[in-house]
Amino acid sequence: MPDARSVGLSAERLEQRLRERFPDVAFRRQEGEAVRDPSFYLPGEQVVDVCAFLRDDPELAFTMLTWIGGVDYLPRDPRFEVVYHLLSMTHNARVALKVPLREENPRVPTVTSVWPTANWHERETYDFYGIVFVGHPDLTRILLPEEWVGWPLRKDSPLGYQEVAFTHNSPDREKPDPDLKKLAPKKVKYRAH
Amino acid sequence: MTLNMGPQHPSTHGVLRVVLELDGETVLKAKPIIGYLHTGMEKQAEYKTYTQSIPQTDRMDYLAPLSNNLCLCLAAEKLLDIEAPPRAQAIRVLLTELTRISSHCVWLGTHALDIGAMTVFFYCFREREKVLSIYDMVCGARMTASYFRIGGLALDIPAGFLDKCEKFVDEMPAHADEYETLLSRNPIWLARTQGVAPLTADRAIAMGATGPTLRGSGISWDLRKNQPYCGYDQYEFDVPVGTNGDAYDRYQVRVKEIRESTRIAKQAIQKVRAMGERGDYRLRDYKYVLPPKEEVKTSMEALIHHFKIVAHGFFPPVGEAYAAIEAPKGELGFYFVSDGTPRPWRMKVRAPSFVNLQALPVMVEGRLVADVITAIGSLDIVLGEIDR
Repeated sequence: MPDARSVGLSAERLEQRLRERFPDVAFRRQEGEAVRDPSFYLPGEQVVDVCAFLRDDPELAFTMLTWIGGVDYLPRDPRFEVVYHLLSMTHNARVALKVPLREENPRVPTVTSVWPTANWHERETYDFYGIVFVGHPDLTRILLPEEWVGWPLRKDSPLGYQEVAFTHNSPDREKPDPDLKKLAPKKVKYRAH
Repeated sequence: MTLNMGPQHPSTHGVLRVVLELDGETVLKAKPIIGYLHTGMEKQAEYKTYTQSIPQTDRMDYLAPLSNNLCLCLAAEKLLDIEAPPRAQAIRVLLTELTRISSHCVWLGTHALDIGAMTVFFYCFREREKVLSIYDMVCGARMTASYFRIGGLALDIPAGFLDKCEKFVDEMPAHADEYETLLSRNPIWLARTQGVAPLTADRAIAMGATGPTLRGSGISWDLRKNQPYCGYDQYEFDVPVGTNGDAYDRYQVRVKEIRESTRIAKQAIQKVRAMGERGDYRLRDYKYVLPPKEEVKTSMEALIHHFKIVAHGFFPPVGEAYAAIEAPKGELGFYFVSDGTPRPWRMKVRAPSFVNLQALPVMVEGRLVADVITAIGSLDIVLGEIDR
């Protein structure tokens, strides 16, 4: 059920246009009780071609990539999804493209060649989910520290409870001088009176 | 030479670090490094009910807390397929426009301060203070408002609130004149902003820029006009656009937006007046929305609903929704994936500053170091929102 207020280009027309241009690509319109924006599943290999077509076709003109994000559907298989939200300012329409990815070795080609703005969105998705964007010019962590281990937004990554590195618990910390024990507070006997 | 600008530099508006590769005074390469304020809000939202995430959103763009509240509520409402009553929507419009004024005031003050015009800062913060006291009046908090709820507002507006807003809105255009007297024809200001940090329309779209950054480049795209929410289609206002896409045009766009916001706020006040000083402020759909407190004390039904919503939240349908609003900084969007439980399976925030900041290298490469300060200022970024 697309949002009636924002649609200048119908989802049906969009689907038809995509199927005409890419007869071999297995598009699937997402259906569900409450899917509020038109969204299409497609395999990762074709994502660059489809995106370039959506951007350049005058009838669609999705010139702006609003954002890219990941979703982890653990324990479902395929586990991950990369979501691309596009905006056509000419036709005042939005569409979501979704690429499902298997758990082991999740990879998808980068769309930075189509929209340069994809750069940081893809880095963020990599940072959070460990999804690799093949061909990305600078695929490094963006919000988390470079030396961070793990993918925090995966569902099997716990919320909190990781030990935070301070001077007192870092492995190469300076051990206190044994003589300092002398300075430790002495046991005091308290008398009740 | 490689130079680190930030993370502790007053002109970076938070903790932004920009690695600059310089040849003398010329910037060869600029790389923004972000993440110093990352607090994992998207992860935390998965462990909270939809309503419990509202206070988190105040801390994203902390200069415009109510815009963030509004966007979360709209996304959840879109998922639930409900709509706030018209009176609540008018109050939302009124408050988010005041938020826009205060956010733009902070932007103008700090941007001018970065470039060396100190006076404007004090003037702007004087007006911002008035908006903060309006927040204070309506919800008891000056900065972290958390005033909007899914389906309406947390509580009704207090007596005398509309008069106070009206007084502020009536005074504001004169204050905007003051700012403009100080800057618009000031030769130093012109020299520091005209032709500086340019962004062509094509580049702006390719970089995904939204809000005043996009409109400064000459593209008339405002979600309040193009994809209206909260009944913005019933308000009369213009969308100011620039021509050259330089820092001066972005300044012009934002100052004009302050004036347009006062126009909208004025209409919103009239709307609320027409619908009554007190009245419907929340949807009466108790499956999703808390019943009013007075009813809870007298009706058993209401008490049950209250208890159920507080104890485990509401149950949205399985699906997903993305709602976007025109926040002071650009397109702010919330994306919810729901698995039918009271907690969102995924909350993704499309933060306008995060995307706009990407355009910084395009604006400054091949130009002077001093212009980097102007460029960062003219983008109007808030690091709380970038890092989330």
